[in-house]
Amino acid sequence: MDITLTINGRDHAIAVEPRRTLADAIREDCGQTGTHIGCEHGICGACTIIVDGEPIRSCLMFAVQANGKKIRTVEGLANGDKLHPMQQAFMDHHGLQCGFCTPGFLMLAIGVLEREPNISDDGLLDVLSSNLCRCTGYQNIIKAVRAAAKDMRKE
Amino acid sequence: MKPAPFVRHVPKTLDEALKILADVAPQDGRVLAGGQSLVPIMAFRLAKPAHLVDINEVVGLDKVISDGTTLTIGARVRHAAFHKSVVDNPLGQLLSAVVRHIAHYPIRMRGTFCGSLAHADPASEWCLVVATLDATLVAKSTRGERLIAAKDFFAGIMSTALAEDELLAEARLPLLASDVRFGFNEFNRRAGDFAMAASLVTYRLNAGKIAEARVGLGGAESFPRRIVEAEAALNGKTPGDTVFRAAAEAAAKAIDPLEDHQTNAEYRRDLVRAVVRRALEQSA
Ligand SMILES: Cc1cc2nc3c(=O)[nH]c(=O)nc-3n(C[C@H](O)[C@H](O)[C@H](O)COP(=O)(O)OP(=O)(O)OC[C@H]3O[C@@H](n4cnc5c(N)ncnc54)[C@H](O)[C@@H]3O)c2cc1C
Ligand code: FES
Ligand code: FES
Repeated sequence: MDITLTINGRDHAIAVEPRRTLADAIREDCGQTGTHIGCEHGICGACTIIVDGEPIRSCLMFAVQANGKKIRTVEGLANGDKLHPMQQAFMDHHGLQCGFCTPGFLMLAIGVLEREPNISDDGLLDVLSSNLCRCTGYQNIIKAVRAAAKDMRKE
Repeated sequence: MKPAPFVRHVPKTLDEALKILADVAPQDGRVLAGGQSLVPIMAFRLAKPAHLVDINEVVGLDKVISDGTTLTIGARVRHAAFHKSVVDNPLGQLLSAVVRHIAHYPIRMRGTFCGSLAHADPASEWCLVVATLDATLVAKSTRGERLIAAKDFFAGIMSTALAEDELLAEARLPLLASDVRFGFNEFNRRAGDFAMAASLVTYRLNAGKIAEARVGLGGAESFPRRIVEAEAALNGKTPGDTVFRAAAEAAAKAIDPLEDHQTNAEYRRDLVRAVVRRALEQSA
C-alpha cells in the first residue's frame, strides 16, 4: 500500500504491507531511528510517539492506520541546538543512563503534559508507570518530568 | 515478532463493516478496534487472522449517549474517554474511578470499551463493570441485531456469546440511583498490570440498612460475575467491618478459583477476600 507518513512536519511517501507496524515503518522505511523498539507487544513503552496529539504505542498501530496523520517523534523535539525543556530536564536531573528508554519517556511525558498541563504529581507518577527503564531506577526520571512540567506550564 | 500478513478492510459505515465482516468471518476475519490486545496477540503469532475489518474510520461509533436511564457506549469509544466523568450521574464517577486501573495512559488512548468486552480477558475491568451492573450488549450482523444480557455474554476465558460475523456495536449501562454507593478495588503486582482479583460493589442505604447490593468479582474465575452469596450477606445489614468481612468470606467461599503459575486456588481466595473487603470499605 502507498501511504504518506507525516513525521515532524516532513512527508515520507512509502509503500508498506498492512502488517507493517507504525514503529517499524518510522524506523525502517522513513529512517527515523530515534523511536526505539523493545518488546513489540505494548509492554515497555520504548516506541511511544505522539499521533494527532495523542501519546500512543507505535508498535501497536499499523503504519497504514497513520496515513495522513500528524506524527511526532523524538527527532522533532529540539529546535536547532536548543533542547526541548523536557530533554534539558532529563540532562539536568540525570534522567537517563544508557538512553534506550529515553525517547519513549520523552514522548510519553510531553504527550500527556500537552494534553493535561495541570496534571497532579500523583497523576504524573501514574503516567510514568507506563514505560520501563532498566537503568535509572526511575527516581531521576520522575524528578526530571516534574521539573519540566513546571517549565512547560510557564511557557 | 512481526504479525503475519493479512488483508485490511476499512469500511466507512456500520452497514459496510457488517457486510465485510459477514464475507470474511468464515476465513478468520476479525474486527480491529483499538488493537491493544489483538496486535500483541498477532505479534506473538497466537492469532494469524487473514482479514481485519478496521473499524477506526467507521462514522458514528465513537459516541457516549445518556437518555436519562441508560448510558450507551459505542463500539469505538476509547478507554481514555472515561478519564473524566462522561455523565452527570454516579455511573460517570464509577467509570472514571475504574478506568485508571486499565493498562497505561498510551494504551488507554487507543483501546476501546467494547473491544475489552469482545476480548473478554477474565481480569478486564470493563467486563467486571458490565457484569456487576447487568448491562445489555448489542450485537449486530447482516442477520440483524441481538440484545445480550451481560450474564449471558461471557462464555469462558476470552470467549463470548458473539458469533464470528457479529460486531459488538454498543454497550448499554443502566444509570445509577443518585444515592448509590460504590467501591472498587483490584490487586496486582505492578501498576497497569492485569488484576489478579478485582471487585466492584454497589448498594443503597434504606433506613441505614444495605439494600440492592451488587458484588461483582473479576480476575478470579473464567469470567466476571455477580456473587449472590456475598450480596445476601450484605442486604438488610448495617454497613460495617463485621458485615463487610462476612461478605468477603462468602465471596471467597463461593468461587471456583482460576489457577495459574503464580496463583494457586488458596491464594486466589485470599485475594478475593481482600479485594471484596477493600471495595466495601471504600464504599462506606
Ligand atoms: C501492556 C498492556 C496492559 C494492559 N492492561 C490491561 C488491563 O489492566 N485491563 C484491561 O482490561 N485491559 C488491559 N489491556 C488490554 C486493553 O484494555 C485493550 O484495549 C482491550 O483488551 C481490547 O480493546 P481494543 O479496542 O484494543 O481491541 P482489539 O485489540 O482491537 O481487539 C481485541 C479482540 O476483540 C475483538 N473486537 C474488538 N472490538 C470488537 C467489536 N466491537 N465487536 C466484535 N469484536 C471486537 C477483536 O477482533 C479482537 O479479537 C492491556 C493491554 C496492554 C498492551
Ligand atoms: S516496543 Fe512498543 S511497547 Fe515495547
Ligand atoms: S536509561 Fe537505560 S533503559 Fe532507561
